[in-house]
Amino acid sequence: MELRKNYFADQRKDDLHEIGQPRPRSDSPGHVTGKTAYFADRNFPGMLHLKMVRSPYHHARIRSIDTSEAEKHPGVVKILTAKDVPHNVYTILILIQIGPEDETVLADGKVRWKGEAVVAVLAETERAAQEAAAKVKVDYEVLPAVFDMQEALKPGAPIVNEYHGQNYYLYDSGECRKVRFGDVEAGFTSADHILEQSYQSSPIEHAPTETTGCVVVPEGNDRFTCYTNTQAMFFTLDNTSIILQMPGNKLHFVGGTVGGGFGGKVDVIVEPIAILGAKLTGRPVCFIYSREEEMQISSPRAAEKVVIKDGVMNDGRIVARKVTGYTDAGAYSRHSPYGAQKGAGHYPGPYTIPNVWIDTYCVYTNRTPSSAMRGFGVTIGDFALEVQMDKLARLIGMDPLEFRFINAYRDGDMKAHRQPTEGAALIECMQEASRAANWPVAEKYLAMSSYAKGA
Amino acid sequence: MAKVPVQFTLNGAEKAEFVDSGTTLLHALRDKIGDTSPKGGCHQGTCGACSVIIDGELRLSCLTLAETCNGAAITTTSGLSQGGVLHPLQRAFLDAFATQCGFCTPGMIMAAKVLLDQTPNPSRAEVVEALSGNICRCTGYEPIIQAVLTAARSNSQRAA
Repeated sequence: MELRKNYFADQRKDDLHEIGQPRPRSDSPGHVTGKTAYFADRNFPGMLHLKMVRSPYHHARIRSIDTSEAEKHPGVVKILTAKDVPHNVYTILILIQIGPEDETVLADGKVRWKGEAVVAVLAETERAAQEAAAKVKVDYEVLPAVFDMQEALKPGAPIVNEYHGQNYYLYDSGECRKVRFGDVEAGFTSADHILEQSYQSSPIEHAPTETTGCVVVPEGNDRFTCYTNTQAMFFTLDNTSIILQMPGNKLHFVGGTVGGGFGGKVDVIVEPIAILGAKLTGRPVCFIYSREEEMQISSPRAAEKVVIKDGVMNDGRIVARKVTGYTDAGAYSRHSPYGAQKGAGHYPGPYTIPNVWIDTYCVYTNRTPSSAMRGFGVTIGDFALEVQMDKLARLIGMDPLEFRFINAYRDGDMKAHRQPTEGAALIECMQEASRAANWPVAEKYLAMSSYAKGA
Repeated sequence: MAKVPVQFTLNGAEKAEFVDSGTTLLHALRDKIGDTSPKGGCHQGTCGACSVIIDGELRLSCLTLAETCNGAAITTTSGLSQGGVLHPLQRAFLDAFATQCGFCTPGMIMAAKVLLDQTPNPSRAEVVEALSGNICRCTGYEPIIQAVLTAARSNSQRAA
């Protein structure tokens, strides 16, 4: 490891004891000896296995559910449907007042995506639970579905989620999150060139090696211990408390050891229903996703579409940027309204542009609900922005790295969402990248600083 | 369901269990015997997290029926350290920052051990090939490869 001390030398302290020093990870000894306890390494006598009956349709009305054959299957202990869940309609971010509650723990009257949980089967063995789940009969009336964000936003499109009433999340700013800065149309008028491009991405699965799950133990005193690989311990505890209408002090969550998360384990999915199963049977319950469920059912990163229109001058200055972003939430909100909002704040990227117009939409479709993943709301936007930057540089015949120096934000610059820039280091990162990648830039760019313009 | 007797040695200790016919070795080790060092990542033979050593050969315990292991000598990662002293591979993984979430680590170490037992001084290409059945989603392959090469060097130094 090398610390370059020539950057920000005035802010540097030399009495640091940890920075620049390799330290052994405290969890590694457990990992290399196989002693680290993941949730599924807990086994309890009498533990039941939970398997989910899932919707085979993208959008359908549930006419009826018949569990009678499944109940007779050897080893079956309990079968749960929507009516067993005390507060069945929830949304994760209600904890920070981002509603409405729009998702069912177990489907009630309707399914809105292929794979949605409908009936939970608890049995003595995983095999018995699986076999009994196959005997649950659900009568569906298939409804028209919409899979494309642009189609979903058209008038007359099938309504995906009645709790919203329209196929987009209604922010306090209206149908999208908006950022307005300067006069973007005047900027385009004054520009030497205009470039408008569309970028889009598909959903991305986190694919952790350890699948999502939990093991719940009733402690015999109305308290439940939940061993879980959630990445969001207290979000999960508080949402479970709401869903099960159970005070938080009845819930003891044990976690922190996650066999790969990447954002894929921040939703509240397995814990409430497993705890309910443990409560209603009085027995330990294990609910662990199969590999197929992990790949098909767990929330992926949202598909996104980003339309960028830029006005650029021949000298390299970007004078106007208009971005319209679309985040495919799938059938339910989960963390997507937040992701789309984050995108609005993130554009126009780490560049200072005097005229900016941003609209970001969170759109509902009959696809698998998307949610958090590594910089969600920002990562796909950055892909689009940086490809756009390369195209703009090519358009005006400028070196792409020098083009970024010209537009890089620096301390004191006002960002489009009106946060003044502080602690910028983009100039210095690009200077070091120029050296490390042997991509020479003109001397004047190497003399620049994030501290002030003209420095 | 009629139970089937299974008897083998696990990390040198005699083990005997009755299991349902068709029970995987992974299930028997984890849920019957209590050795949770082999992990179940896919239960379909694609991720390598459940790797164990059976009679010197690398095996996927999720695709191995317990009842086929009668009389076998089985080694898992939990049995590698002796008297509290880490095996050179464990030490090398620790020193090389070759673990992140740790879920693939026991399987990786099993695959590496079989390689070094059979090929004490492997080339980098041989290490990559030996680990090719083990998925690390945190994408720490490079430190893992370096750890195996380091362990091989420390082994050969000890032997010299």
